[in-house]
Amino acid sequence: MNSIGIDAGSTAVKLAIYDGKEFDLRIRPTGWSPKETVSKMLEDIENEKYIVTTGYGRMSIANYDKRVTEITCHGKGANYLREQTRTIIDIGGQDSKIIRVNNKGQVIDFLMNDKCAAGTGKFLEMTCHLLEKDIRDLDEFVNSTNPANINAMCAVFAESEIISLLASGERLEDIAAGVIDSIVKRTLSLIGRVGFDEDIFFSGGLSRSKVIRKCFENTLKKKIHTHKHSQFTGAIGAALIGYEVMLKED
Amino acid sequence: MNSLNKIVEKFEDAKRNSVVDLKRKKENGKKIVGTFCAFTPKEIIIAADAIPVSLCGMKNEPISAAEQHLPRNLCPLIKSSYGHAITDTCPYFYFSDLLVGETTCDGKKKMYEYLNNIKEIHVMQLPQTLDRESSLSYWQEEMKLLAEKLEERFNVEITQEKLIDAIRLCNKERLVMQKLFGLGMNQPPLISGYNMLKVIQGIGYQELSDDYLTYLEELIDVLAVNNQKVDNAKRILITGCPLGADTEKVVRIVEQSGGAVVAYENCTGLKAKMELVKESSDPYHALAKKYLNIGCPCISPNKKRFKMIEELIYEYNIDGVIDVILQSCHPYSVETYGLKEFTLKECQTPYISVETDYSSSDLGQLMTRIGAFIEML
Ligand code: SF4
Ligand code: SF4
Repeated sequence: MNSIGIDAGSTAVKLAIYDGKEFDLRIRPTGWSPKETVSKMLEDIENEKYIVTTGYGRMSIANYDKRVTEITCHGKGANYLREQTRTIIDIGGQDSKIIRVNNKGQVIDFLMNDKCAAGTGKFLEMTCHLLEKDIRDLDEFVNSTNPANINAMCAVFAESEIISLLASGERLEDIAAGVIDSIVKRTLSLIGRVGFDEDIFFSGGLSRSKVIRKCFENTLKKKIHTHKHSQFTGAIGAALIGYEVMLKED
Repeated sequence: MNSLNKIVEKFEDAKRNSVVDLKRKKENGKKIVGTFCAFTPKEIIIAADAIPVSLCGMKNEPISAAEQHLPRNLCPLIKSSYGHAITDTCPYFYFSDLLVGETTCDGKKKMYEYLNNIKEIHVMQLPQTLDRESSLSYWQEEMKLLAEKLEERFNVEITQEKLIDAIRLCNKERLVMQKLFGLGMNQPPLISGYNMLKVIQGIGYQELSDDYLTYLEELIDVLAVNNQKVDNAKRILITGCPLGADTEKVVRIVEQSGGAVVAYENCTGLKAKMELVKESSDPYHALAKKYLNIGCPCISPNKKRFKMIEELIYEYNIDGVIDVILQSCHPYSVETYGLKEFTLKECQTPYISVETDYSSSDLGQLMTRIGAFIEML
């Protein structure tokens, strides 16, 4: 029997299938219906399964055995990907969060920003759209030592600020670097409020970007760890939680 | 339908019927006084043969109307209260012959200035600290001013006997309420937090009398027997801004996520119900003492609230504290930092603050925050 963790995020659905030894990881854009995307992704899995759903869209998935919030799943998943982890920075499409965990990956404290787009992946996406760049190429085109100053506290105002920066001839890469800078600073202000322990793990879609990670390291003056599967942190955590329940129920 | 739901419904009916009841009493010459806060000494109002009713706005609906006069980034409780007044959508406001407010938070006292254009409001000047000896005598003086105002306005005399009798009656009500809240002390609790809130809201609008209190006590006894035990749920203490109607969502989400609200520290709950008024020969002094010692963040420093939370954590065997902050409420939101430190360090109990308003747009966010907090316990 497999344990399946489904992390239905705002931009992508991540799936982690766990048989007690290995993970099979899958990802697809969420599209307009997380429910349909998920059932397509589950189509070829025939044998018995235990499903744990998490993420923004967890409530819209009808087929599940357990629902767990992304905070708890991220804690568990980060502990699996890097056992020493004590603080997790997660920047997702709709929100950003700081999670503190103990040596078992159990959450001790967390803070979340989901009220405002500045400080989330959405803001970066918006910027890339304005700059006519692909967010996946971020690491290639942002190589700036001179990030522009973005002052606006709100993504809506920041947008007009970016437009006027563009009009005044500011370089694209400086603008993008400025936006990254402001996202990082916003996230760090969250950290300031929960505090952090050594060994920081960066998860979520944006963790694949080296530029962003570097920016965190420079501002925090601390090493920031990540993992090639860091995007699957939540899904892996969900699958692990499901697996534990399966073992208990046996 | 099980009998528990029937009893809870009885309380809900009581609230609906109270409008008709008040109307009848008013037609028979009773005076009605609208209040907004736990600092209002309702004993004095009762001693003036009037009925105090709470006008705290708990609904989202009138907020957009209120925003024509008030800033958007103001606490929804203030906007809702004002909105009800200007749109004439609250029967209790409509029935009120006089309003009584206090100088608590900035938003409220400035709103009262506008409210006064619609209906006369007597604003009591509340001292902001317990750390000065003069606070008590000042507040006592304010109690007397309120009494004089009521005497003149309603052409009555507030005698010593009437006042002492009102104190006795309100103390009795506090004891009945303590009994109700005590249902949550049981492990597992004898009533869900959601139903508890329904019951509290049903009680709040009745005219107090010995008969009514006896009836209430009997109902609470029945509740205790017909309990719906909530097994294995994490025991949650709710503190923060007042709750009701459109903020019931917080309690609902807690109880859908594996928690049980077993105690309310806020104004809706135990905050002003724990301490009784001393039944002495100097009623104004006793009232001033009681009504100054309320753990509200408008008082600075506000040690009383912290102390009460600590006591409740032990008495109710609390697993986690949820501090509910209404958007733009500065007194409570500033206090979150200190309270978090306090509950974590002094009480070794996990704490989370959640911000919300009267709309339903933050349901998803609340579910994630509260859900993750309860999973963490
Ligand atoms: S929180 Fe404070 S100001 Fe608000 S109603 Fe309660 S006692 Fe009054
Ligand atoms: S909730 Fe806060 S801002 Fe609103 S009336 Fe009460 S103290 Fe004032």
